[in-house]
Amino acid sequence: MGPVSLLIARLYGPRGWMTLAAFALALFVVFPLCNLAIPEGNPLHLSAYWVSLVGKIMCYAIVALAMDLAWGYAGILSLGHGLFFALGGYAFGMYLMRQIGSDGQYKANMPDFMVFLDWKEFPWAWWNSDQFWWCALLVVLVPGLLAFVFGFFAFRSRIKGVYFSIITQALTYAAMLLFFRNATGFGGNNGFTDFKRILDIPVAIPSTRMALFAITAATLIGSLLLGRYIVTSKFGRILAAIRDAESRVMFCGYNPVHYKLAIWTFSAVLCGIAGALYVPQVGIINPSEMSPANSIEIAIWVAVGGRGTLVGAIVGAGLVNGAKSYFTQAFPEYWLYVLGLIFILVTLFMPKGVVGLWSQWKNRSA
Amino acid sequence: MRILLIALLLFASRAFALEVANVEKLAFGESDEQVAAIAALVASGDPQAAAVLQALADGELQVAGKRVLIVKGEEATDAVTGAKVAPLPEEREGVVANNRLRRELAGALAGLKLTSPQREARLAAVKELAGGADPAMLPLVKRALEKEADPTIKPMLELIAATMELKDGSKEARIAAVRMLGGSSNSNTKLLLLGVLEKRKDGSFAEPDEEIRREAQASLRAVEGRLAWGERAGILFTSISLGSILLLAAMGLAITYGLMGVINMAHGELIMVGAYTTYAVQNLFREHAPDAFDWYLACAVPASFMVSAAVGMLLERLVIRWLYGRALETLLATWGISLVLIQTVRTIFGAQNVQVENPAFMSGGVEALMGVVLPWSRIVIVVFAAAVLVGIWLLLTRTRLGLFVRGVTQNRAMASCVGVPTARVDTWAFGLGSGIAGLAGCALSQIGNVGPDLGQAYIVDSFMVVVLGGVGQLAGTVYAALGLGFANKLLEAWQGAVLAKIVVLVFIIMFIQKRPQGLFALKGRAVET
Repeated sequence: MGPVSLLIARLYGPRGWMTLAAFALALFVVFPLCNLAIPEGNPLHLSAYWVSLVGKIMCYAIVALAMDLAWGYAGILSLGHGLFFALGGYAFGMYLMRQIGSDGQYKANMPDFMVFLDWKEFPWAWWNSDQFWWCALLVVLVPGLLAFVFGFFAFRSRIKGVYFSIITQALTYAAMLLFFRNATGFGGNNGFTDFKRILDIPVAIPSTRMALFAITAATLIGSLLLGRYIVTSKFGRILAAIRDAESRVMFCGYNPVHYKLAIWTFSAVLCGIAGALYVPQVGIINPSEMSPANSIEIAIWVAVGGRGTLVGAIVGAGLVNGAKSYFTQAFPEYWLYVLGLIFILVTLFMPKGVVGLWSQWKNRSA
Repeated sequence: MRILLIALLLFASRAFALEVANVEKLAFGESDEQVAAIAALVASGDPQAAAVLQALADGELQVAGKRVLIVKGEEATDAVTGAKVAPLPEEREGVVANNRLRRELAGALAGLKLTSPQREARLAAVKELAGGADPAMLPLVKRALEKEADPTIKPMLELIAATMELKDGSKEARIAAVRMLGGSSNSNTKLLLLGVLEKRKDGSFAEPDEEIRREAQASLRAVEGRLAWGERAGILFTSISLGSILLLAAMGLAITYGLMGVINMAHGELIMVGAYTTYAVQNLFREHAPDAFDWYLACAVPASFMVSAAVGMLLERLVIRWLYGRALETLLATWGISLVLIQTVRTIFGAQNVQVENPAFMSGGVEALMGVVLPWSRIVIVVFAAAVLVGIWLLLTRTRLGLFVRGVTQNRAMASCVGVPTARVDTWAFGLGSGIAGLAGCALSQIGNVGPDLGQAYIVDSFMVVVLGGVGQLAGTVYAALGLGFANKLLEAWQGAVLAKIVVLVFIIMFIQKRPQGLFALKGRAVET
């Protein structure tokens, strides 16, 4: 067995499955119980803050997972995954904006920003956006199609490595500039916010929050299992081979373009779904989600956890974002130092990430 | 003696009789009366009239009972006689000038200043009047025209006179005026001529005389042609200016990325470090040598190079050295460095933008042609970018270090075998690239805001320049920077800044599909690098 499959075998041995089950138990039983059943004031009660924080981090973990599939297994470092995340968020945000109905500030049956801009009808991109199924479809289709078209041209011209990374960064930067314009039709600077309902159910009540939380948790675990299935399949082996020696794979008769394109598009779709789950829980989506800095941060979540392990991506997203919400509250001026040092130290001293450290330590003690 | 006195009194009272009525109208009247009073005061040409109008414009004209005063701080003078009034009356009220009055006042004051002995004052007045003037001032302008001898002011005055004649004058005068206007390159003139040619709703022309219309048509064509040239010249210059800024920002990257293959995401922050160094040097000069303030750039240019180069060499030694050959990791680590640098600068200088002042010789601009003003700061930067380019070229082709850098770029192992200290060359080359980033920062501080986020704005652009230009080629960087500058500015004139930027980025993304190696690729046969 090669190093990749070794790692997979170890992470998904009996103990791995037990850990996953415990994780699921915590998310599906402990969280709802402590948040909904245990009254406020009880020390065991979990406040809405924690529910939305963990929900948000789980969305990020899905993005990190998607990133790991592309970077860790296929060697495609994207600096534009924030774009796919934001596009999914915007697609679903359109539906949420329509659900506000005429409860906005201007009491018009239109999002506030459109009234403010004195628009009389919805731009073409908003067609059918009051239908849940249509927006749910867009969440998958828009990031997927964009990734497919972009990836098709990029991989066909055999753009790879840092070149590809820089181009994806330019892509998300261009998209950010586009979405900052009011005329683009997605709320400009402010983006979408002030959501009231989802499927006609109020979005801010605890049970809705918990339902969203559970759906996110299910998506996260589902994508972890799906990701595991992909990377352990023959397809996944070829991906790893492309990552390690693309030319050799090509000379063996495989066309790397197909494999890279498939995993790249899948990764983008996963990001889109994560974005759609993120928006109703956090309550806002704006163009700054597309900033190049955000997308680079995704890469560091994966690097911290450990590339090419899937579980590592989730661990990394949790660690970095946990640290971020702690530091930005306790020592806001030091957060950039911490993040910067994480970037530097992880790349210098922890090429296998936290998960790798743990297995190193276990090997040594054994 | 008595007769003389009486005559003097009579003369004085007559001279001021007009004044008093006008001044009172100005102070107490309705706005129509006030406007008329302004015109009358201007026509009098009295220096005291100018003082009164100026006081009204500055909000210093006040009334106390029936008296009109000019109050400056604690001192008051009578508006009519100019005599000192002491003590200051208790009950006073300011005369408020509404917007219409202010417009009239601006024109009137300019008209009065037309005969000022100072050239600057006259020039300012002419510029003010060129924006649109009351035809009632025609006699005043004509009077000024007779006395005017300055070669820049005289043609402008003639144009203003023509503009006024066009509004009401004899047919001959108007034809002459229209012909005269054909020699102008002012966009207001274009509007004026369009007004002459305008067709009313009922089909009749605003100007009934056919001959005048024909002349106006010809003049309009001449003016439009000249304006278009001016606009083109303006775009050309801003394109070159933007191109040279991109070139400065990307040249350092062309060395670190192009020659050494190191992805330095902290490049933008090295630019920022250079800009802040300039700021620090400026502050030092202001504090310790205010007399030599205009020369602070002479000190800031080498200082920003040195500081950025030192930071870059330190980074190379501490971080980047350990990541050679692992480009993606280098990218992430240098991004981390950029975050640390940003926060460090925030801690030291604060999160707000800081003010970097231009030295006196760089403020203002030179009027090139057709009313296009080229700011000195931009011109200096274009020259500076060219000088830096030549400097780097000489360094790479004429010095031992350049020879080593090229050798290591082409074949690291072989260079090492023949005794090139590759590790040290890496450090020096990285320092050089970083230092050039510092120079870019010094230049940018002269034309834009200096803040901790300065670098972030340039990182995507400078990478695009290097990617487009092709790796390992200075010439490619130059063409790409100028090309992007032109593309950006041309599209900007057509579609606005944001869309222009998006179109350019999309274009680069598509271009890279066609030529993944950039415009100027080193020829080679490697399957992959």
